[in-house]
Order: sequence, then structure tokens, then C-alpha cells
Amino acid sequence: MIYHQHDIVIIGAGLAGLRAALETSRVADTALLTKVFPSRSHSGGAQGGIAASLANETDDNWELHMFDTVKGSDFLGDQDAIEILVKEAPATIIELEHMGVPFSRRPDGTIAQRPFGGHSRPRACYASDYTGHVILHTLYEQGIKQGVKVYSELYVVSLVMSKGTCCGVVALDILGGELHLFHSKAVMFATGGYGRAYKITSNAHANTGDGLSIVYRVGIPIEDMEFVQFHPTGLYKHGILVTEGARGEGGYLLNKEGERFMKNYAPEKMELAPRDLTARAMQTEMNEGRGIEGKDYIHIDLRHLGAGKILERLPQVHELALNFVGVDCTKEPIPIQPTAHYSMGGIPTDIHGQVVIDKENTPVKGLYAAGECACVSVHGANRLGTNSLLEATLFGRRAGVAITEFVQREREFTPLPENPAEPAEDEIANILANEGKESVAKIREELQVSMTENCGIFRDIKRLQKELEIVKKLQERYENIHIDDKGKRCNTDLIEALELGHMLDFTEVIVAGALNRTESRGSHYRIDYPKRDDENWLKHTLAYRTDKGPRFDYKKVVITRYQPTERKY
Amino acid sequence: MEITFKILRFDSDKDKKPYYRKYTVKVEPGMTVLDGLNEIKWRQDGTLAYRRSCRSAICGSCAMTINGVNRLACNAQILALKRKTIVVEPLRRFPIIKDLIVEMDDFFEKIAIIKPYLIAHSPGGPRERLQSVEDRKRIDEAVTCILCGACTSSCPSYWYNKNYLGPASLFKAYRFVFDSRDEGAEERLRIISDRDGLWRCHTIFNCVEACPKNLNPTYAIAELKKRLVTTRL
Repeated sequence: MIYHQHDIVIIGAGLAGLRAALETSRVADTALLTKVFPSRSHSGGAQGGIAASLANETDDNWELHMFDTVKGSDFLGDQDAIEILVKEAPATIIELEHMGVPFSRRPDGTIAQRPFGGHSRPRACYASDYTGHVILHTLYEQGIKQGVKVYSELYVVSLVMSKGTCCGVVALDILGGELHLFHSKAVMFATGGYGRAYKITSNAHANTGDGLSIVYRVGIPIEDMEFVQFHPTGLYKHGILVTEGARGEGGYLLNKEGERFMKNYAPEKMELAPRDLTARAMQTEMNEGRGIEGKDYIHIDLRHLGAGKILERLPQVHELALNFVGVDCTKEPIPIQPTAHYSMGGIPTDIHGQVVIDKENTPVKGLYAAGECACVSVHGANRLGTNSLLEATLFGRRAGVAITEFVQREREFTPLPENPAEPAEDEIANILANEGKESVAKIREELQVSMTENCGIFRDIKRLQKELEIVKKLQERYENIHIDDKGKRCNTDLIEALELGHMLDFTEVIVAGALNRTESRGSHYRIDYPKRDDENWLKHTLAYRTDKGPRFDYKKVVITRYQPTERKY
Repeated sequence: MEITFKILRFDSDKDKKPYYRKYTVKVEPGMTVLDGLNEIKWRQDGTLAYRRSCRSAICGSCAMTINGVNRLACNAQILALKRKTIVVEPLRRFPIIKDLIVEMDDFFEKIAIIKPYLIAHSPGGPRERLQSVEDRKRIDEAVTCILCGACTSSCPSYWYNKNYLGPASLFKAYRFVFDSRDEGAEERLRIISDRDGLWRCHTIFNCVEACPKNLNPTYAIAELKKRLVTTRL
């Protein structure tokens, strides 16, 4: 066991973690722990843009951005947090630009902005279709400039708590195989999403949602987990992202009749309806036999944009379609299907990124979270495209500010409890010693396939109950796994087993939460309860771990400016 | 179709030297080399170690040598390789830690050396710095580099002299030297005009061939050379 002491430990080096570290490491001793090298983080997979009402293209202001976001969230987003998001958005973009982010430009030299689903103005600032990539690299480069201390390829196994205060983490060095104990005054989670719980996903292999269950296991609730975003345009069979920017630039969605079917679902917004609605429209077309060749896919047609515009604005989409489905999108439409993309729910935090444990927003001393793994909640029941890069950067910074203040105020380190690494050591030792018959890959695949089938875009009591049974059985089978690799160095077999343990924990919360919420709101659609039910369900779900499965409590939605109304596009 | 994967294996804790091990994989159209490696790891041999994450050619984790050419495993279509046997090896000249996982510290240190961040002495002001569409275009290729290491590992000048900064590092220098907003060109040109810098490039073009994003580091290095000879340092 290797012991480290740092004022602050940040876990995850995507946009939220890096931005927080840039804030904290100016004045406080910060360690940034990440399971993949920072520039490999999945923020880099984001393509289409980052939202801010810069008004470079048309008139725009934060109030419009706020209303769009509140409506997009199906009124479940907390409006105090959303107001911060949209008001601080322009300054966030300007700061990124000043750091060096190479945004695409308008003829007058200002940042170019494109339309995006659910936004009433073109406010997605972009760098062709590499927006996440260039922001991630810029923040990583700023980290080099500032000398941020990075512990790369360290996998966090457990959180160390002492009498309700967070005082560190235990992490496994993936390359070397040693356990490291980090003793700190504050820990921040910026561990991203969990798309890998699904078979068809836009997410990276690394997106296994570890952070969520690490906190869930120590008695902290996770919020609104039933809200899973399915991005309408994933490459057929692969799930790889085709940016919403493709529709922002004017791409059409076509069924097998060659019909722009969105006119039947969102006559005003057409292809630029929000993602929940668009994904449901596509799934309906496919379910009713209007998928291409009667199969489970739809076309996105970009040909009318012309090769020039496609190669300039959407070069990555062009490359991905060519590489993965063999389609030159300047000449043919791209086959696409909805793909698990984003987690609206997560670790509950206040507007400063501090983790809270109940409906009264009681904070946990020393524990913070931001980005996709957190639920502040600016996205409510459905996130608008381009609001996630914004949230990660902006709330990453805010958490960084709050943590810095906290550690400066807090002179002493909370003493570690006895045997702080014991849970992590036991978990790893058990996996290595287990000679059961079950395979990690097989259990994981059964989980992913069944989640896609039973807890996807359209849900009902029968399928959700079935899925809950499946997850519980898989949890039992997980007790009986074996792994091939018993060595120390680069034991990715062990890492995959640990990740699966996490996935089995939080998917139970997703499914149980979806079963519990007997209404349809945003991304959560219940065929058996097709209406939004504000009277009973205008509230956040908090799920607490118990031996018998999650126990639910609820938290009020913060409504300041916009009362819930019917949501039409 | 059955394809043989011949993979270089090495565990620095156990093995004296690397050896090849063969696996047979049933390949469907659309499967990439990464899919093949996953198939082996998940169903045949869990001890195989490699890096991977995004599987869509943007994170840069899975650069390796495939049939002698540096590529990303995730965007190399198996059937397009048109071989019954696929030889998979770690990026050459990077020290092996285990199997296909190599030591990247030196590679990233060389990125850091060239000051890979915008240097601007003038205050930014309340709005964005302006940049013309043409000026932005000059760095269009360079900003899409994914730092996978395929280029540097393919460079004979780097094989010969490990102190050479290598194409990835110089490409990053280009990204900032030719960014119209940047004011740090001189500092960077001084660094890359060092004996282990720019002039070690002998225009062999291996990096261009190796780049999985179809970028052109050799062109960028040539532009830097031109800039250097016309700048008084």
C-alpha cells in the first residue's frame, strides 16, 4: 500500500475534472486521478458543440436559453441551477477561447454557432464536429502549463469515509498493480457516465459508471437514475455517435418511404426536436415497420448539404460513416439507430458541486461531484444537446472554487478510520481468489442486451419487472465469477470485473427507479403511463442502498421562473 | 470467416523476452481489429492486455502495429486487411509494459516540452479573440491530432535517436506557432531548433502513412522549418 497525502483528490480527467483541477491547483495541493490518460477521456467524443447565448448568429439571451433548457428537461430541471448554467455560459465560452480552444469562426472572426435540437436559437459554439476533442485537449494542455499533478491510469476502487466526512480514496495502479491510499481533505468525482450498461451505446469502453456506485455503496443516494438519454443518431449496429450537429446543419431523418417522418411528431421543429422526442419518433417508425428495409434502422441524409459543407463542418461524421458502416455520406444516407448516450441522473449535488445526502440538501463534508456523474440537476428528465459540455466545464469550475475555499478553511486532515483500504483490498482479493464458473464478459453482455431490450426508450411494468429479476440474478451470478489473469501488472481482466460489479449495482437503481416512476417525463417513457403526472411525480428520485434493493425518497424540484406547461415542439 | 490473430505477448514481471501467441477468431463483416482483440480477451484469454476506450478513433488509446503498419485497432476493419493472419504488435520502439501496452511517458513529456498551450501576452478582453476563417483553417488538421503515438513510433529518425522530439510533438508545436492568436512562436521555435528538434526530420513521410486520422505531420514540420529560417531568433 502506497500512502499519499493531498489536500484535494479529483477523480476523472474529462472536462469537469480538468476544469476543477485548473481551479484548485492554483492554490491547493491537488491530485488528479484518472483511469485513462486525460486526453483519452470521453469528453473528447462530444462532437456537435457547447451552448452559450453569445448571439453571434442571431439575437439570443440567457432567458431564452433558460426557457429552452427548462422545457427540454420536461420541467424536472432545477431552475436555480439552470439559471446559473445559462447566465455563466457566455463567460465560460470566452474563457475557453482565451485558453486557446480553436472554435470554428464566422466571416467576422467571432465564434461560429449552429442550431441544435430543442434550442430556439443557433447557440452551439463548435469546432467543426470535434468540439469535445478540442476543448478536452485545451484543458489538458492548460494542465501542463499549470503543472497539475496527474496520476494517470489509476482506477479508484473505494471511498474512505470517517463519521460522515470524506477523507480519501483507495485506487489501484492499473499498470503497476499496487494499491494506493490517498488521504485528502476533499474528494471530487468527475467520473462521467455509464453508457456501457447498454449494448448499443455511443459511450467509450471506460464509461462504466464506477463513481455512481462507489458513493452509493457508502450510503449516499443517487438521484434520478431512471432518466437515461438515447441519442437518436448512432451508427447502425455500432451505436457510435453521429452528432446532432448533422441535423443542426440541415440533415434529414428518413424512413423507408423516404419520408421526413418528423413532420408527424414535431411539425414545427422537425429534425431539431429534442432527443427524447426524436428517439421515440424513430423507434415508433421502426416498430411500425417503417425502418429501412423493415429493419431496426433509419436514414440520416446529408447529401443535399453538398460535399463541401459536409467535409468542412462534419468531417468526423464523414470519416466514421466511411470507416464503420462503409457509407460515403456525401453520396449515400447513413444508417442510424438510437443509442444509449447520457445519464441525466447521478450523484446529487448543490449548486457549488458539494454532494448532498437527502431531500433537505444536507451536504457531505469533503465530497464533491460535477459533470455527467453528478446531478445538480440542470438536465432534469432530458438534456438538450450542447448543454453537457457546458455543464461539465462550468460546474467543474464552480466545484473547483468551492473545494479550494473549503480546504483553505479546513486546516486539518480528518484522521483516517482504521483499515481504510480494507473494503478495496477485500473486493480485489475476492475476485482474484474466486474460482467460480461464471465469466465476466458473459454476465456483462447479458446485462447490456437485456437493459437495451427491457429498459430502453419505451418501458412498461412487464419488461421492467423482468429486467429487475434479470439484474438480481446477474448479481448473484457475479458472486461466482472467475478471471484468467491473476497477475499484478496491467490486469485489465481484474479492472473489467470491478467495473461489472459497479454496473450491476447502479443498473438495479435505473430499473427500480423506472419501475417506481409511474408517469412519462422526458427520456423516461412508460407505455402503461403515457402522460406526465405533475401532481404525483414533479419530484426528483433519491435512491438509497439497502440489502433489499434501493429505497426511494424524493426531493422537490426548484421552480423559480417557469411553471410546468404542456411540452410541444 | 476464420482469421488467425498472431499477437506479441510479454509480461515484464514474468517473461524474459516477448513471444507470439496465436488465436483464431470468427470474423463477421464490420468487425475491427479491436473487436477481434475483445473477442479473444472476453472468450479465449483474459490475460491479454491492451488499451482501448472510445472505439471510434477519437481517444487515441489503441494505437498498435497491425501487419507491420501503425494504426488504431478500433478503426482497422479486419476484412479490409485481406489477410488470413493478422500480426498484432505493440507500438515499436516504445518500451513494453505488458503485451500491447507500452510506456507512453516519454512521448507525453515530449509534447509538454514544446509549451503546448496558447501563449498570449495581450489581455483577452471581455469577448473572444477574433480569428479569420482562413487563419483558423491553417490549424484545422493540427487540432484534430489525437496523440495516439502512431506517427512518432513509425519514425526512423526517432528509432535512431530517442531524444528526437518526434512528429507528434512537432505537429503540436505547429498547432500553436501557426495559431494567429498565439504570441509564443519565438519561444517554441527556440525549443524545436535544438539539435534534437526539427532538423532531425528527414522527410521520410512514415508519419504521414502511419497517421490514423490522415493528417500530415511532415507538411507541418516543413512549414516550421520554413518559418524558422525566416525568423531571426
